[in-house]
Amino acid sequence: MLYDILIGPFIDYAFMRRALVGVIALSLGAGPIGVLLMLRRMSLMGDAMAHAILPGAALGFMVAGFDLFAMSLGGFVAGVVVAVLAGLIARTTQLKEDAALAAFFIVSLALGVTLVSVRGTNVDLLHFLFGNVLALDNATLLLAAAIATVSVLVLAVIWRPLVLECVDPGFLRTVSRAGAPVHMAFLALVVMNLVAGFQALGTLLAVGLMMLPAVAMRFWARDISSMIGGAVLIGIVSGYVGLLLSFHGNLPAGPAIILVAGALYGMSVILGRVGGYAVRLMPRPHLEG
Amino acid sequence: MPLHRRGLILLAAAVPLMMVSQPAATQAPPRQDKLKVVATFSILADITRNIAGDRADVTALVGPNGDAHVYTPTPMDARSVGAAKVIVTNGLGFEGWISRLIAASGSKAIVAVASNGVEPRQSTDSHGHAGTDPHAWQSVANVKIYVANIRDALVTADPEGKGSYDANAAAYLAKLDALDRDIGETLARIPPARRKVITSHDAFGYFKDAYGIDFVAPLGVSTETEASARDVAKIITQVRQQKIPAVFLENVAEQQLVERIAAETGAKIGGSLQSDALTDAKGDAPTYIDLMRHNVRQLAAALAE
Repeated sequence: MLYDILIGPFIDYAFMRRALVGVIALSLGAGPIGVLLMLRRMSLMGDAMAHAILPGAALGFMVAGFDLFAMSLGGFVAGVVVAVLAGLIARTTQLKEDAALAAFFIVSLALGVTLVSVRGTNVDLLHFLFGNVLALDNATLLLAAAIATVSVLVLAVIWRPLVLECVDPGFLRTVSRAGAPVHMAFLALVVMNLVAGFQALGTLLAVGLMMLPAVAMRFWARDISSMIGGAVLIGIVSGYVGLLLSFHGNLPAGPAIILVAGALYGMSVILGRVGGYAVRLMPRPHLEG
Repeated sequence: MPLHRRGLILLAAAVPLMMVSQPAATQAPPRQDKLKVVATFSILADITRNIAGDRADVTALVGPNGDAHVYTPTPMDARSVGAAKVIVTNGLGFEGWISRLIAASGSKAIVAVASNGVEPRQSTDSHGHAGTDPHAWQSVANVKIYVANIRDALVTADPEGKGSYDANAAAYLAKLDALDRDIGETLARIPPARRKVITSHDAFGYFKDAYGIDFVAPLGVSTETEASARDVAKIITQVRQQKIPAVFLENVAEQQLVERIAAETGAKIGGSLQSDALTDAKGDAPTYIDLMRHNVRQLAAALAE
Protein backbone atom coordinates (compact mmCIF):
# COMPACT_ATOMS: atom_id res chain seq x y z
CA MET A 1 0.00 0.00 0.00
CA LEU A 2 2.63 2.48 1.09
CA TYR A 3 4.80 1.14 -1.70
CA ASP A 4 2.07 1.88 -4.24
CA ILE A 5 1.75 5.44 -2.98
CA LEU A 6 5.38 6.38 -2.49
CA ILE A 7 7.47 4.28 -4.87
CA GLY A 8 5.16 2.51 -7.34
CA PRO A 9 4.63 5.47 -9.68
CA PHE A 10 8.37 5.84 -10.17
CA ILE A 11 8.86 2.11 -10.82
CA ASP A 12 5.96 1.83 -13.28
CA TYR A 13 6.51 4.94 -15.34
CA ALA A 14 9.74 6.14 -16.88
CA PHE A 15 8.46 9.69 -17.22
CA MET A 16 8.12 9.89 -13.42
CA ARG A 17 11.71 8.72 -12.95
CA ARG A 18 12.90 11.25 -15.51
CA ALA A 19 10.99 14.04 -13.81
CA LEU A 20 12.55 13.09 -10.48
CA VAL A 21 16.07 12.95 -11.93
CA GLY A 22 15.44 16.33 -13.56
CA VAL A 23 14.34 17.89 -10.28
CA ILE A 24 17.36 16.44 -8.46
CA ALA A 25 19.72 17.92 -11.06
CA LEU A 26 17.96 21.28 -10.89
CA SER A 27 18.06 21.32 -7.09
CA LEU A 28 21.78 20.53 -7.00
CA GLY A 29 22.55 23.55 -9.16
CA ALA A 30 19.86 25.96 -8.03
CA GLY A 31 20.07 25.29 -4.26
CA PRO A 32 23.49 26.89 -3.69
CA ILE A 33 22.74 29.69 -6.15
CA GLY A 34 19.53 30.50 -4.30
CA VAL A 35 21.27 30.63 -0.91
CA LEU A 36 23.93 32.96 -2.27
CA LEU A 37 21.33 35.17 -3.96
CA MET A 38 19.50 35.46 -0.65
CA LEU A 39 22.65 36.25 1.31
CA ARG A 40 23.56 38.92 -1.25
CA ARG A 41 20.08 40.43 -0.76
CA MET A 42 19.27 39.67 -4.39
CA SER A 43 16.36 37.32 -3.84
CA LEU A 44 14.10 39.10 -6.31
CA MET A 45 16.92 39.25 -8.83
CA GLY A 46 16.32 35.59 -9.66
CA ASP A 47 12.71 36.35 -10.50
CA ALA A 48 13.68 39.24 -12.72
CA MET A 49 16.31 37.20 -14.53
CA ALA A 50 13.87 34.35 -15.10
CA HIS A 51 11.60 36.71 -16.99
CA ALA A 52 14.52 38.16 -18.89
CA ILE A 53 15.22 34.71 -20.35
CA LEU A 54 11.85 34.55 -22.07
CA PRO A 55 12.45 36.74 -25.15
CA GLY A 56 15.76 35.02 -25.88
CA ALA A 57 14.24 31.58 -25.64
CA ALA A 58 11.34 32.79 -27.78
CA LEU A 59 13.77 34.05 -30.43
CA GLY A 60 15.47 30.66 -30.43
CA PHE A 61 12.04 29.11 -30.83
CA MET A 62 11.21 31.39 -33.75
CA VAL A 63 14.45 30.51 -35.52
CA ALA A 64 14.62 26.79 -34.86
CA GLY A 65 11.29 25.67 -33.44
CA PHE A 66 11.32 23.52 -30.31
CA ASP A 67 15.06 23.08 -30.37
CA LEU A 68 16.62 22.66 -26.96
CA PHE A 69 19.97 24.12 -27.93
CA ALA A 70 18.60 27.18 -29.74
CA MET A 71 16.14 28.05 -26.98
CA SER A 72 18.69 27.53 -24.21
CA LEU A 73 21.34 29.57 -25.98
CA GLY A 74 18.84 32.34 -26.74
CA GLY A 75 17.66 32.36 -23.14
CA PHE A 76 21.19 32.46 -21.78
CA VAL A 77 22.24 35.33 -24.04
CA ALA A 78 19.10 37.32 -23.26
CA GLY A 79 19.55 36.79 -19.52
CA VAL A 80 23.17 37.91 -19.59
CA VAL A 81 22.36 40.92 -21.79
CA VAL A 82 19.66 42.08 -19.41
CA ALA A 83 21.91 41.57 -16.38
CA VAL A 84 24.72 43.55 -18.00
CA LEU A 85 22.42 46.32 -19.25
CA ALA A 86 20.75 46.66 -15.86
CA GLY A 87 24.17 46.82 -14.20
CA LEU A 88 25.31 49.41 -16.75
CA ILE A 89 22.30 51.64 -16.22
CA ALA A 90 22.67 51.36 -12.47
CA ARG A 91 26.30 52.46 -12.69
CA THR A 92 25.87 55.28 -15.20
CA THR A 93 22.55 56.85 -14.15
CA GLN A 94 20.87 57.67 -10.87
CA LEU A 95 18.72 54.51 -11.10
CA LYS A 96 19.47 51.69 -8.64
CA GLU A 97 20.16 48.20 -10.01
CA ASP A 98 16.88 46.74 -8.73
CA ALA A 99 14.92 49.56 -10.34
CA ALA A 100 16.75 49.06 -13.64
CA LEU A 101 16.06 45.33 -13.46
CA ALA A 102 12.41 45.91 -12.65
CA ALA A 103 12.07 47.92 -15.83
CA PHE A 104 13.93 45.37 -17.92
CA PHE A 105 12.25 42.25 -16.70
CA ILE A 106 8.71 43.38 -17.28
CA VAL A 107 9.60 44.58 -20.77
CA SER A 108 11.31 41.24 -21.40
CA LEU A 109 8.24 39.35 -20.28
CA ALA A 110 6.00 41.34 -22.59
CA LEU A 111 8.44 40.96 -25.47
CA GLY A 112 8.75 37.23 -24.87
CA VAL A 113 5.00 36.65 -24.76
CA THR A 114 4.64 38.69 -27.95
CA LEU A 115 7.34 36.73 -29.76
CA VAL A 116 5.93 33.35 -28.76
CA SER A 117 2.43 34.37 -29.79
CA VAL A 118 3.56 35.63 -33.19
CA ARG A 119 5.01 32.31 -34.14
CA GLY A 120 3.26 29.79 -31.94
CA THR A 121 0.01 28.89 -30.27
CA ASN A 122 -1.33 29.17 -26.76
CA VAL A 123 0.06 25.73 -26.05
CA ASP A 124 3.55 26.99 -26.94
CA LEU A 125 3.10 30.01 -24.71
CA LEU A 126 2.02 27.83 -21.79
CA HIS A 127 5.09 25.69 -22.35
CA PHE A 128 7.33 28.75 -22.13
CA LEU A 129 5.69 30.06 -18.99
CA PHE A 130 5.22 26.77 -17.16
CA GLY A 131 7.47 24.21 -18.86
CA ASN A 132 6.69 20.56 -18.62
CA VAL A 133 8.50 18.52 -16.07
CA LEU A 134 6.68 15.37 -17.22
CA ALA A 135 8.13 15.52 -20.72
CA LEU A 136 11.87 15.65 -20.11
CA ASP A 137 13.79 13.94 -22.90
CA ASN A 138 17.41 12.80 -22.77
CA ALA A 139 18.80 16.05 -24.14
CA THR A 140 16.99 18.14 -21.54
CA LEU A 141 18.14 15.90 -18.70
CA LEU A 142 21.72 16.01 -19.94
CA LEU A 143 21.57 19.79 -20.17
CA ALA A 144 20.23 20.09 -16.63
CA ALA A 145 22.87 17.69 -15.29
CA ALA A 146 25.66 19.46 -17.19
CA ILE A 147 24.56 22.85 -15.88
CA ALA A 148 24.38 21.51 -12.32
CA THR A 149 27.90 20.11 -12.66
CA VAL A 150 29.31 23.32 -14.09
CA SER A 151 27.57 25.35 -11.38
CA VAL A 152 29.04 23.30 -8.57
CA LEU A 153 32.54 23.42 -10.08
CA VAL A 154 32.47 27.15 -10.77
CA LEU A 155 31.10 27.84 -7.31
CA ALA A 156 33.97 25.84 -5.83
CA VAL A 157 36.46 28.00 -7.72
CA ILE A 158 34.95 31.40 -6.86
CA TRP A 159 33.72 30.35 -3.41
CA ARG A 160 35.96 32.44 -1.15
CA PRO A 161 35.59 35.85 -2.84
CA LEU A 162 31.89 35.15 -3.39
CA VAL A 163 31.15 34.44 0.27
CA LEU A 164 33.42 37.24 1.39
CA GLU A 165 31.53 39.67 -0.80
CA CYS A 166 28.27 38.55 0.81
CA VAL A 167 29.60 39.26 4.26
CA ASP A 168 31.90 42.22 3.81
CA PRO A 169 32.17 43.67 0.30
CA GLY A 170 34.26 46.60 1.55
CA PHE A 171 36.91 44.27 2.92
CA LEU A 172 36.99 42.25 -0.29
CA ARG A 173 37.62 45.43 -2.27
CA THR A 174 40.64 46.30 -0.14
CA VAL A 175 42.32 42.92 -0.46
CA SER A 176 41.42 41.82 -4.00
CA ARG A 177 40.11 43.00 -7.30
CA ALA A 178 38.21 39.74 -7.86
CA GLY A 179 34.89 41.35 -6.82
CA ALA A 180 33.62 42.43 -10.24
CA PRO A 181 34.58 39.31 -12.26
CA VAL A 182 33.29 37.05 -9.51
CA HIS A 183 30.02 38.95 -9.51
CA MET A 184 29.72 38.53 -13.27
CA ALA A 185 30.54 34.82 -13.09
CA PHE A 186 27.91 34.43 -10.41
CA LEU A 187 25.29 36.24 -12.51
CA ALA A 188 26.12 33.93 -15.40
CA LEU A 189 25.53 30.95 -13.10
CA VAL A 190 22.16 32.38 -12.07
CA VAL A 191 21.11 32.71 -15.68
CA MET A 192 22.43 29.24 -16.57
CA ASN A 193 20.48 27.59 -13.79
CA LEU A 194 17.32 29.42 -14.74
CA VAL A 195 17.79 28.24 -18.33
CA ALA A 196 18.12 24.68 -17.04
CA GLY A 197 14.94 25.06 -15.01
CA PHE A 198 13.09 26.76 -17.85
CA GLN A 199 12.58 23.55 -19.84
CA ALA A 200 11.15 21.74 -16.86
CA LEU A 201 9.27 24.43 -14.99
CA GLY A 202 9.01 27.34 -17.40
CA THR A 203 10.20 30.89 -16.85
CA LEU A 204 7.59 31.67 -14.22
CA LEU A 205 8.30 28.73 -11.93
CA ALA A 206 11.98 27.96 -12.57
CA VAL A 207 12.94 30.48 -9.96
CA GLY A 208 10.82 28.64 -7.37
CA LEU A 209 13.26 25.75 -6.96
CA MET A 210 16.02 28.32 -6.60
CA MET A 211 14.59 30.71 -4.01
CA LEU A 212 12.02 28.80 -1.94
CA PRO A 213 14.43 26.16 -0.55
CA ALA A 214 17.00 28.88 0.16
CA VAL A 215 14.67 31.18 2.09
CA ALA A 216 13.22 28.18 3.94
CA MET A 217 16.70 27.13 5.09
CA ARG A 218 17.26 30.62 6.53
CA PHE A 219 15.03 29.42 9.40
CA TRP A 220 17.01 26.25 10.03
CA ALA A 221 20.71 27.00 9.71
CA ARG A 222 23.13 29.78 10.58
CA ASP A 223 26.17 28.75 8.55
CA ILE A 224 26.23 28.85 4.82
CA SER A 225 27.30 25.22 4.24
CA SER A 226 24.33 23.78 6.13
CA MET A 227 22.05 26.25 4.38
CA ILE A 228 23.21 25.04 0.98
CA GLY A 229 23.01 21.36 1.90
CA GLY A 230 19.55 21.88 3.34
CA ALA A 231 18.37 23.89 0.34
CA VAL A 232 19.38 21.11 -2.04
CA LEU A 233 17.56 18.61 0.17
CA ILE A 234 14.40 20.74 0.35
CA GLY A 235 14.47 21.11 -3.44
CA ILE A 236 14.67 17.36 -3.96
CA VAL A 237 11.98 16.61 -1.37
CA SER A 238 9.70 19.22 -2.98
CA GLY A 239 10.22 17.56 -6.35
CA TYR A 240 9.50 14.09 -5.02
CA VAL A 241 6.41 15.04 -3.02
CA GLY A 242 5.18 17.38 -5.76
CA LEU A 243 5.39 14.65 -8.39
CA LEU A 244 3.50 12.24 -6.13
CA LEU A 245 0.84 14.90 -5.56
CA SER A 246 0.56 15.39 -9.30
CA PHE A 247 0.25 11.63 -9.78
CA HIS A 248 -2.28 10.86 -7.04
CA GLY A 249 -4.08 14.17 -6.89
CA ASN A 250 -4.30 14.80 -10.62
CA LEU A 251 -2.59 18.19 -10.36
CA PRO A 252 -0.31 19.88 -12.88
CA ALA A 253 3.18 18.74 -11.96
CA GLY A 254 5.25 21.94 -12.10
CA PRO A 255 2.97 24.03 -9.89
CA ALA A 256 2.57 21.07 -7.49
CA ILE A 257 6.35 20.92 -6.99
CA ILE A 258 6.59 24.64 -6.31
CA LEU A 259 3.58 24.54 -3.96
CA VAL A 260 5.24 21.81 -1.91
CA ALA A 261 8.38 23.95 -1.71
CA GLY A 262 6.15 26.84 -0.65
CA ALA A 263 4.51 24.72 2.05
CA LEU A 264 7.95 23.71 3.35
CA TYR A 265 8.86 27.40 3.45
CA GLY A 266 5.68 28.18 5.40
CA MET A 267 6.45 25.41 7.89
CA SER A 268 9.98 26.73 8.25
CA VAL A 269 8.74 30.22 9.05
CA ILE A 270 6.65 28.83 11.87
CA LEU A 271 8.73 25.93 13.16
CA GLY A 272 12.26 26.88 12.10
CA ARG A 273 14.99 26.58 14.73
CA VAL A 274 16.55 29.89 13.75
CA GLY A 275 14.10 32.70 14.34
CA GLY A 276 10.92 30.79 13.57
CA TYR A 277 7.74 31.97 15.27
CA ALA A 278 7.47 28.92 17.52
CA VAL A 279 10.96 29.34 18.87
CA ARG A 280 10.54 33.03 19.46
CA LEU A 281 7.29 32.57 21.33
CA MET A 282 8.68 29.86 23.58
CA PRO A 283 10.36 31.11 26.72
CA ARG A 284 13.94 30.02 26.83
CA PRO A 285 16.63 29.98 29.44
CA HIS A 286 18.24 33.33 29.49
CA LEU A 287 21.78 32.59 28.54
CA GLU A 288 21.22 30.21 25.66
CA GLY A 289 20.47 31.30 22.10
CA MET B 1 -35.79 16.47 -39.54
CA PRO B 2 -36.57 20.00 -38.21
CA LEU B 3 -33.37 21.18 -39.81
CA HIS B 4 -34.48 19.71 -43.05
CA ARG B 5 -37.84 21.41 -42.90
CA ARG B 6 -36.34 24.74 -41.93
CA GLY B 7 -34.00 24.51 -44.89
CA LEU B 8 -36.92 23.89 -47.21
CA ILE B 9 -38.90 26.77 -45.79
CA LEU B 10 -35.94 29.07 -46.20
CA LEU B 11 -35.44 27.86 -49.72
CA ALA B 12 -39.08 28.47 -50.54
CA ALA B 13 -38.99 31.89 -48.93
CA ALA B 14 -35.86 32.87 -50.75
CA VAL B 15 -37.06 32.19 -54.27
CA PRO B 16 -39.47 35.16 -54.56
CA LEU B 17 -36.94 37.40 -52.84
CA MET B 18 -34.45 36.38 -55.49
CA MET B 19 -36.82 37.55 -58.18
CA VAL B 20 -37.03 40.92 -56.47
CA SER B 21 -33.29 41.33 -56.29
CA GLN B 22 -32.69 40.19 -59.84
CA PRO B 23 -32.98 43.66 -61.53
CA ALA B 24 -30.43 45.14 -59.16
CA ALA B 25 -27.94 42.46 -60.14
CA THR B 26 -28.33 43.09 -63.84
CA GLN B 27 -27.62 46.78 -63.36
CA ALA B 28 -24.30 46.09 -61.71
CA PRO B 29 -21.11 45.89 -63.82
CA PRO B 30 -20.35 42.42 -65.32
CA ARG B 31 -17.58 41.60 -62.80
CA GLN B 32 -20.18 41.74 -60.03
CA ASP B 33 -22.46 39.36 -61.90
CA LYS B 34 -20.87 36.35 -60.27
CA LEU B 35 -23.05 34.67 -57.72
CA LYS B 36 -21.91 35.60 -54.19
CA VAL B 37 -21.67 32.48 -52.07
CA VAL B 38 -20.56 32.30 -48.45
CA ALA B 39 -19.60 28.99 -46.87
CA THR B 40 -19.17 28.75 -43.12
CA PHE B 41 -15.77 27.08 -43.12
CA SER B 42 -12.89 26.16 -45.39
CA ILE B 43 -13.87 22.56 -46.23
CA LEU B 44 -17.38 23.56 -47.32
CA ALA B 45 -15.97 26.44 -49.31
CA ASP B 46 -13.67 24.08 -51.18
CA ILE B 47 -16.48 21.66 -52.00
CA THR B 48 -18.70 24.54 -53.09
CA ARG B 49 -15.97 25.99 -55.32
CA ASN B 50 -15.66 22.67 -57.10
CA ILE B 51 -19.35 22.77 -57.97
CA ALA B 52 -19.66 26.49 -58.64
CA GLY B 53 -16.69 26.68 -60.98
CA ASP B 54 -16.23 30.25 -62.18
CA ARG B 55 -19.90 31.19 -62.00
CA ALA B 56 -19.61 32.16 -58.34
CA ASP B 57 -17.37 33.89 -55.82
CA VAL B 58 -17.09 31.54 -52.84
CA THR B 59 -15.73 32.84 -49.57
CA ALA B 60 -15.29 31.01 -46.27
CA LEU B 61 -16.16 32.70 -42.99
CA VAL B 62 -13.72 30.54 -41.05
CA GLY B 63 -10.69 30.34 -43.29
CA PRO B 64 -7.92 27.73 -43.55
CA ASN B 65 -6.49 26.62 -40.20
CA GLY B 66 -9.36 28.33 -38.36
CA ASP B 67 -11.43 26.60 -35.73
CA ALA B 68 -15.13 26.85 -36.51
CA HIS B 69 -16.04 25.62 -33.01
CA VAL B 70 -14.78 28.70 -31.26
CA TYR B 71 -15.26 31.23 -34.03
CA THR B 72 -16.63 34.69 -33.34
CA PRO B 73 -17.99 36.53 -36.37
CA THR B 74 -16.50 39.89 -37.26
CA PRO B 75 -18.40 42.88 -38.74
CA MET B 76 -16.74 42.06 -42.08
CA ASP B 77 -18.31 38.60 -41.95
CA ALA B 78 -21.72 40.06 -41.28
CA ARG B 79 -21.25 42.24 -44.36
CA SER B 80 -20.30 39.35 -46.62
CA VAL B 81 -23.18 37.27 -45.26
CA GLY B 82 -25.49 40.21 -45.95
CA ALA B 83 -24.24 40.43 -49.52
CA ALA B 84 -24.39 36.69 -50.22
CA LYS B 85 -26.99 35.07 -52.44
CA VAL B 86 -26.29 31.59 -51.14
CA ILE B 87 -25.03 30.63 -47.70
CA VAL B 88 -23.69 27.10 -47.34
CA THR B 89 -23.67 25.69 -43.83
CA ASN B 90 -22.72 22.27 -42.53
CA GLY B 91 -25.62 21.86 -40.12
CA LEU B 92 -25.76 19.12 -37.46
CA GLY B 93 -25.06 21.86 -34.94
CA PHE B 94 -21.54 22.52 -36.22
CA GLU B 95 -21.93 26.27 -36.60
CA GLY B 96 -24.10 27.33 -33.69
CA TRP B 97 -23.36 30.95 -34.49
CA ILE B 98 -24.58 31.03 -38.08
CA SER B 99 -28.32 31.58 -37.58
CA ARG B 100 -27.70 34.62 -35.40
CA LEU B 101 -25.23 35.95 -37.92
CA ILE B 102 -27.69 35.53 -40.78
CA ALA B 103 -30.42 37.24 -38.78
CA ALA B 104 -28.12 40.06 -37.71
CA SER B 105 -26.87 40.70 -41.23
CA GLY B 106 -30.39 41.03 -42.61
CA SER B 107 -29.47 38.51 -45.27
CA LYS B 108 -32.09 37.22 -47.65
CA ALA B 109 -29.87 34.53 -49.04
CA ILE B 110 -30.70 30.91 -49.73
CA VAL B 111 -29.34 28.85 -46.88
CA ALA B 112 -28.12 25.44 -47.98
CA VAL B 113 -27.61 22.96 -45.16
CA ALA B 114 -25.05 20.68 -46.77
CA SER B 115 -25.59 17.77 -44.40
CA ASN B 116 -29.32 17.48 -45.13
CA GLY B 117 -30.04 13.80 -45.63
CA VAL B 118 -26.88 12.58 -43.90
CA GLU B 119 -27.51 9.87 -41.33
CA PRO B 120 -26.53 11.74 -38.15
CA ARG B 121 -24.22 10.02 -35.73
CA GLN B 122 -24.48 10.36 -31.98
CA SER B 123 -21.26 11.11 -30.16
CA THR B 124 -19.88 12.08 -26.84
CA ASP B 125 -17.71 15.13 -27.18
CA SER B 126 -14.60 15.92 -25.17
CA HIS B 127 -16.69 17.50 -22.42
CA GLY B 128 -18.76 14.36 -21.98
CA HIS B 129 -21.93 15.79 -23.55
CA ALA B 130 -23.79 13.44 -25.79
CA GLY B 131 -24.97 15.01 -28.99
CA THR B 132 -24.98 14.88 -32.75
CA ASP B 133 -21.53 14.52 -34.24
CA PRO B 134 -21.30 17.29 -36.87
CA HIS B 135 -18.08 16.11 -38.57
CA ALA B 136 -19.97 14.25 -41.30
CA TRP B 137 -17.46 15.22 -44.00
CA GLN B 138 -15.02 12.68 -42.58
CA SER B 139 -16.88 10.10 -44.67
CA VAL B 140 -16.68 10.61 -48.42
CA ALA B 141 -20.12 9.04 -48.88
CA ASN B 142 -21.60 11.89 -46.85
CA VAL B 143 -19.78 14.51 -48.87
CA LYS B 144 -21.49 13.15 -51.96
CA ILE B 145 -24.75 14.12 -50.26
CA TYR B 146 -23.21 17.53 -49.48
CA VAL B 147 -22.44 17.95 -53.18
CA ALA B 148 -26.03 17.25 -54.19
CA ASN B 149 -27.41 19.69 -51.62
CA ILE B 150 -25.00 22.45 -52.58
CA ARG B 151 -25.61 21.89 -56.30
CA ASP B 152 -29.37 22.17 -55.80
CA ALA B 153 -29.00 25.40 -53.82
CA LEU B 154 -26.77 26.91 -56.49
CA VAL B 155 -29.24 25.94 -59.21
CA THR B 156 -32.09 27.50 -57.25
CA ALA B 157 -30.15 30.72 -56.87
CA ASP B 158 -28.82 30.79 -60.43
CA PRO B 159 -31.07 28.68 -62.71
CA GLU B 160 -29.22 29.79 -65.83
CA GLY B 161 -26.09 28.01 -64.58
CA LYS B 162 -27.84 24.67 -64.14
CA GLY B 163 -25.96 22.95 -66.94
CA SER B 164 -22.62 24.10 -65.62
CA TYR B 165 -23.39 23.20 -62.00
CA ASP B 166 -24.66 19.76 -62.98
CA ALA B 167 -21.55 19.03 -65.04
CA ASN B 168 -19.20 20.29 -62.31
CA ALA B 169 -20.99 18.31 -59.65
CA ALA B 170 -20.85 15.14 -61.75
CA ALA B 171 -17.13 15.58 -62.35
CA TYR B 172 -16.50 16.21 -58.66
CA LEU B 173 -18.61 13.22 -57.64
CA ALA B 174 -16.46 11.05 -59.88
CA LYS B 175 -13.35 12.34 -58.10
CA LEU B 176 -14.97 11.61 -54.76
CA ASP B 177 -15.76 8.05 -55.86
CA ALA B 178 -12.12 7.54 -56.79
CA LEU B 179 -11.07 9.01 -53.45
CA ASP B 180 -13.44 6.72 -51.55
CA ARG B 181 -12.07 3.68 -53.39
CA ASP B 182 -8.46 4.67 -52.72
CA ILE B 183 -9.12 5.17 -49.03
CA GLY B 184 -10.77 1.79 -48.77
CA GLU B 185 -7.93 0.04 -50.60
CA THR B 186 -5.17 1.76 -48.65
CA LEU B 187 -6.69 1.05 -45.26
CA ALA B 188 -7.56 -2.54 -46.19
CA ARG B 189 -3.82 -3.27 -46.31
CA ILE B 190 -3.52 -2.59 -42.57
CA PRO B 191 -3.89 -5.79 -40.53
CA PRO B 192 -7.25 -5.70 -38.69
CA ALA B 193 -5.63 -6.02 -35.27
CA ARG B 194 -3.68 -2.82 -35.88
CA ARG B 195 -6.58 -0.65 -37.02
CA LYS B 196 -6.59 1.40 -33.86
CA VAL B 197 -5.10 4.74 -32.85
CA ILE B 198 -5.41 6.85 -29.75
CA THR B 199 -6.28 10.46 -30.43
CA SER B 200 -7.77 13.40 -28.65
CA HIS B 201 -9.62 14.44 -31.79
CA ASP B 202 -13.31 13.75 -31.41
CA ALA B 203 -13.92 14.39 -35.09
CA PHE B 204 -13.40 10.97 -36.65
CA GLY B 205 -16.60 9.13 -35.77
CA TYR B 206 -17.88 9.11 -39.36
CA PHE B 207 -14.45 8.08 -40.60
CA LYS B 208 -14.48 5.16 -38.16
CA ASP B 209 -17.94 4.05 -39.31
CA ALA B 210 -17.02 4.33 -42.96
CA TYR B 211 -13.51 2.87 -43.00
CA GLY B 212 -13.15 0.74 -39.88
CA ILE B 213 -10.28 2.51 -38.15
CA ASP B 214 -10.90 2.73 -34.42
CA PHE B 215 -10.22 6.11 -32.85
CA VAL B 216 -9.78 5.66 -29.12
CA ALA B 217 -9.99 8.76 -26.97
CA PRO B 218 -7.65 9.12 -24.02
CA LEU B 219 -9.82 7.99 -21.10
CA GLY B 220 -10.85 10.56 -18.57
CA VAL B 221 -8.14 12.92 -19.65
CA SER B 222 -8.82 16.49 -20.56
CA THR B 223 -6.46 17.54 -23.29
CA GLU B 224 -7.27 21.18 -22.87
CA THR B 225 -5.72 21.72 -19.48
CA GLU B 226 -2.17 21.09 -18.40
CA ALA B 227 -1.63 17.35 -18.08
CA SER B 228 -0.98 16.04 -14.59
CA ALA B 229 1.26 13.08 -13.88
CA ARG B 230 -1.88 10.99 -13.45
CA ASP B 231 -3.17 11.98 -16.91
CA VAL B 232 0.08 10.94 -18.53
CA ALA B 233 0.18 7.68 -16.55
CA LYS B 234 -3.42 6.90 -17.58
CA ILE B 235 -2.69 7.37 -21.26
CA ILE B 236 0.40 5.19 -21.01
CA THR B 237 -1.49 2.43 -19.21
CA GLN B 238 -4.32 2.58 -21.73
CA VAL B 239 -1.99 2.39 -24.74
CA ARG B 240 -0.19 -0.58 -23.17
CA GLN B 241 -3.35 -2.46 -22.18
CA GLN B 242 -5.28 -1.94 -25.40
CA LYS B 243 -2.14 -2.54 -27.46
CA ILE B 244 -2.72 0.61 -29.49
CA PRO B 245 -0.08 0.78 -32.22
CA ALA B 246 -0.05 4.54 -32.81
CA VAL B 247 -0.69 7.79 -30.99
CA PHE B 248 -2.12 10.83 -32.76
CA LEU B 249 -2.12 13.22 -29.87
CA GLU B 250 -0.93 16.46 -31.35
CA ASN B 251 -3.38 18.39 -29.20
CA VAL B 252 -2.26 16.93 -25.91
CA ALA B 253 -0.36 19.67 -24.14
CA GLU B 254 2.61 19.42 -26.43
CA GLN B 255 4.78 17.37 -28.67
CA GLN B 256 7.44 16.55 -26.10
CA LEU B 257 4.88 14.89 -23.88
CA VAL B 258 3.62 12.80 -26.78
CA GLU B 259 7.18 11.75 -27.52
CA ARG B 260 7.58 10.57 -23.95
CA ILE B 261 4.35 8.60 -24.13
CA ALA B 262 5.45 6.97 -27.36
CA ALA B 263 8.92 6.19 -26.01
CA GLU B 264 7.43 4.57 -22.94
CA THR B 265 4.81 2.47 -24.71
CA GLY B 266 6.58 1.62 -27.94
CA ALA B 267 3.69 3.09 -29.93
CA LYS B 268 4.45 5.02 -33.07
CA ILE B 269 3.85 8.76 -33.19
CA GLY B 270 1.47 9.62 -35.98
CA GLY B 271 1.71 12.90 -37.82
CA SER B 272 -1.04 15.45 -37.58
CA LEU B 273 -4.57 14.61 -38.62
CA GLN B 274 -6.60 17.43 -40.13
CA SER B 275 -10.15 17.32 -38.90
CA ASP B 276 -12.09 20.58 -39.09
CA ALA B 277 -10.21 22.88 -41.41
CA LEU B 278 -8.12 22.93 -44.54
CA THR B 279 -4.60 24.28 -44.45
CA ASP B 280 -3.36 27.11 -46.64
CA ALA B 281 -2.04 26.35 -50.10
CA LYS B 282 1.42 25.42 -48.80
CA GLY B 283 0.09 23.01 -46.17
CA ASP B 284 -0.78 19.32 -46.29
CA ALA B 285 -4.46 19.78 -46.99
CA PRO B 286 -5.35 22.74 -49.20
CA THR B 287 -8.47 20.97 -50.52
CA TYR B 288 -10.96 18.50 -49.11
CA ILE B 289 -9.61 15.66 -51.25
CA ASP B 290 -6.05 16.49 -50.15
CA LEU B 291 -7.23 16.52 -46.55
CA MET B 292 -8.67 13.02 -46.76
CA ARG B 293 -5.64 11.68 -48.63
CA HIS B 294 -3.32 13.30 -46.09
CA ASN B 295 -5.12 11.73 -43.13
CA VAL B 296 -5.19 8.31 -44.77
CA ARG B 297 -1.48 8.56 -45.57
CA GLN B 298 -0.75 9.45 -41.94
CA LEU B 299 -2.84 6.58 -40.63
CA ALA B 300 -1.42 4.06 -43.07
CA ALA B 301 2.16 5.09 -42.29
CA ALA B 302 1.67 4.87 -38.52
CA LEU B 303 -0.27 1.61 -38.56
CA ALA B 304 1.75 -0.32 -41.14
CA GLU B 305 3.84 -3.08 -39.61
